[in-house]
Amino acid sequence: MASFVANRLVRSVVVIFLISVVTFAMMQLAPGGPFSSDAGGRPRAPEVQARLEAEFGLDRPPVEQYITYMGKLLFHFDFGPSMRQIDFSVNELLFGVDFWSDPLGSPVLVSAQLGLMSFMLAVAIGIPLGVVSALYRNRPADHGAMFVTTLGISVPNFVLGLIFILIFSLWLHWLPVFGWGDDWRQMVMPVVVLATGGMAIIARLTRASVLETLGADYVRTARAKGLRERFVMTRHALPNSLIPVVTVLGPLLAAWLTGTFFVELVFAIPGIGKFFISAVTNRDYSLIMATIMLYSIVLVIMNLIVDIMYGFLDPRIRYD
Amino acid sequence: MAVEARRVVGPAVRSREDQDILDRPRYSLLNDTIKRLRKNRVAMFAGFYIIAITLAAAAAPLVTPYGRDEPHFDHTREPPSSQFWFGTDKLGRDVFTRIIYGGRVSLGVAYVGSITAMLIGVSYGAIAGFFRGHTDDLMMRFVDLMYGFPTLLFIIMLMLIIPPNSSTGMIMLGLFIGLGLVSWLNVARLVRGQFLSLREKEFVEAAVAVGASPFRTITRHLLPNAFGPVLIWLTLQIPALILLESTLSFIGLGVKPPTPSWGGMLSEGWRAMRTSPWLALAPALAIIITMLMFNFFGDGLRDATDPTMRGRD
Repeated sequence: MASFVANRLVRSVVVIFLISVVTFAMMQLAPGGPFSSDAGGRPRAPEVQARLEAEFGLDRPPVEQYITYMGKLLFHFDFGPSMRQIDFSVNELLFGVDFWSDPLGSPVLVSAQLGLMSFMLAVAIGIPLGVVSALYRNRPADHGAMFVTTLGISVPNFVLGLIFILIFSLWLHWLPVFGWGDDWRQMVMPVVVLATGGMAIIARLTRASVLETLGADYVRTARAKGLRERFVMTRHALPNSLIPVVTVLGPLLAAWLTGTFFVELVFAIPGIGKFFISAVTNRDYSLIMATIMLYSIVLVIMNLIVDIMYGFLDPRIRYD
Repeated sequence: MAVEARRVVGPAVRSREDQDILDRPRYSLLNDTIKRLRKNRVAMFAGFYIIAITLAAAAAPLVTPYGRDEPHFDHTREPPSSQFWFGTDKLGRDVFTRIIYGGRVSLGVAYVGSITAMLIGVSYGAIAGFFRGHTDDLMMRFVDLMYGFPTLLFIIMLMLIIPPNSSTGMIMLGLFIGLGLVSWLNVARLVRGQFLSLREKEFVEAAVAVGASPFRTITRHLLPNAFGPVLIWLTLQIPALILLESTLSFIGLGVKPPTPSWGGMLSEGWRAMRTSPWLALAPALAIIITMLMFNFFGDGLRDATDPTMRGRD
């Protein structure tokens, strides 16, 4: 087990390193550095541009820039200054200016809250839905559930968000359109919208997995032994069915995280997603790089956890 | 005198059993698949929709009542009517027309991107699956590593490299390549898995014994047999790419106005949600319904080729 964990850990570190290199390289390749025009988009005089670039160390060779950047990041956890919003450093933008006094205002935590709640919702509804679907296979309940899940995976979440806003805010006036933190009702739509896609995938996978498990020999044996059906399900069939679901959680979380960008955009939630999108539109490279690094690190850590859990649940995988 | 060679077909009078065997309907794999697919009405409907919308997008000038960028300044921001089926936008352009033209971008990018990903992935998986051993090991490790990359972020970065004022063609080229680059992993794994199991079969051994080169074995024998799952993957990858393109256009990284694309129209429409919701609803429905149809068709295809469901009805 220990070597398995160590192996996964090393792999994670390598991936993070690779992502940082690739991201950095891409930022270097992107046209128009952060100082070729000012924050308003007007072009700058060359001398001013040269001076700014020297100030921020952008005239150094790329490799040196990379090393400086990573050094600052690893030792001081400093992502550097924002290149479009001149008065703010990236850390201030992403983590909130008053992190310690008002943690819930911090964009990172807002996004984390959104992500966590939608994840819990998706699992809480998706897994039971899949199980029920499998137990009542090919009956109306199953067909209905599968249709809804197909909708769930087909509709992109920002589109779903728009439709929800249209129905629940503009027509029915039940829920507020945007905002976060003042009213619990603001959280309903974003969380539900974000959860839908993942829920659909989890439900489908659980259904397929339960169906497969129920046909397995050991379940037959358990039934033949005379165990009560409920016991057979909870002790034998269910835990084993959940293993494939855990495997898919890794890549699923990636899609989830990126889903938060758009939900935050559509519902005007002050999380990092919103900053990322505006950074992309404004070409604020240090902010872009920082958000990508942050997301990637979170992703890699989540994948690591999922991998380890999977190794824990299914001993066969450890001897890979 | 030359003797004509004649194929011997058997005795002139056949036994009852033989005749019955000859009269029985043919039941090959392809036949069976098509038959089962036909029975699935949802999948057939989805298939027709897909063909219809692809043709409509390709032949857009023939199908649309107005010009793509044709403004009607006396009819701006109108809701759907008999004159403008999906309403008009802020410049008085017909939304229905723009949706069909937008399909050119959205569908085109999805199709070409999927095919690019297929070309990359199938070659990669074929090589890994056929040669096995260290080659396979190394290649799959690379794939595992790539799985850790967040794809949306990667493609956003890729699109950022393209200068903001490039032509539509350049942007679409970037999209073709970029979308292909982020999607090939799954099909590579798929093909590799298929090859690993197929190469143990006798026909491969026979081909190699007769002296077929690896290239010939792969292309003539293994690939055709591995193609079923790849086709299913393709039908499910296309909607994923439609989604990806819409997402990119939504945040401004896709084709630039006035070229319409479903994601771009969605972002414009979103800003006008309160006053003119049809501007957002039309592209939203276009995206949803198209993706849904592709997913239904892919599901139907998968069910039709699933060996465990053969002869069920």
